[in-house]
Amino acid sequence: MTPECSDPADCKEAIERLYHFLDGELTDERRTLIASHLDECGFCLEAYGFEGELRHVIAHKCKDRVPDGLMDRVADAIRQETTGRPLL
Amino acid sequence: MADQARFADQAMEFMPALYTAALRMTRNPSDAEDLVQETYLKAYRAYGSFEDGTNLKAWLYKILTNTYINAYRARQRRPEQVDVEDVEDLYLYRRLAPRVGAGVGAGDGRSAEDEAMELFSDEEVKSAIESLPEAFRIAVILADVEGFSYKEISEITDVPIGTVMSRIHRGRRALQKALAHYGMQRGLIRPAGVSQ
Repeated sequence: MTPECSDPADCKEAIERLYHFLDGELTDERRTLIASHLDECGFCLEAYGFEGELRHVIAHKCKDRVPDGLMDRVADAIRQETTGRPLL
Repeated sequence: MADQARFADQAMEFMPALYTAALRMTRNPSDAEDLVQETYLKAYRAYGSFEDGTNLKAWLYKILTNTYINAYRARQRRPEQVDVEDVEDLYLYRRLAPRVGAGVGAGDGRSAEDEAMELFSDEEVKSAIESLPEAFRIAVILADVEGFSYKEISEITDVPIGTVMSRIHRGRRALQKALAHYGMQRGLIRPAGVSQ
């Protein structure tokens, strides 16, 4: 598949399961198999490393500050709701 | 049975995360504020049916997502695409590898994480996510920005887990292609169509 692969069949499987692996959605058995492939294959190890970092970058760079006043606005709306409709 | 009086104490801490998701969904700050407020009001009214000890964050996201789909989607100004094109796996890595790979362990003191952090700006990452069609955008936000599991996302969106998985995986690959577009503009990566 790519010239960097040491064992194309193992690499293909590792790349196919990359997202499941990074998402922690694999059985222990499959996880172990892939981990041992990563020990031997520099291409897949780097690809996994890059995809993992990219995930971190996306989460990190995608945060927005809550606009001033929104927290108060929501708290007020809830308070009004409470006054309008008694809790008990 | 949850006590409504404790709602604010329990739920307010999730507002930054909910606002971020709302903004990516609506792509509009004023709609996002309204969506968050409506979500909190609905959650407050329904709080009596929330089971203490279960996942409050996931419950709030479920209300946010439903409210967005039912109310805000109709108002969207941009026409919605419904599907993403199929993008090959490792789309970015294959195009960035010589640059990123060269920095990893090359002794220049910079980690792969530093390298990846510098590739794209906050605005580029946000725009790339916002460019995804709705179903894929929601799946990617919940998985990669909020860190929910496949099962949680399936429950939040009321979509079977297999479909959730497919949307996350295909959405991520489409996201990489959108990011690659910014990388190309800055000359960081090779033009499209050159994979080796």
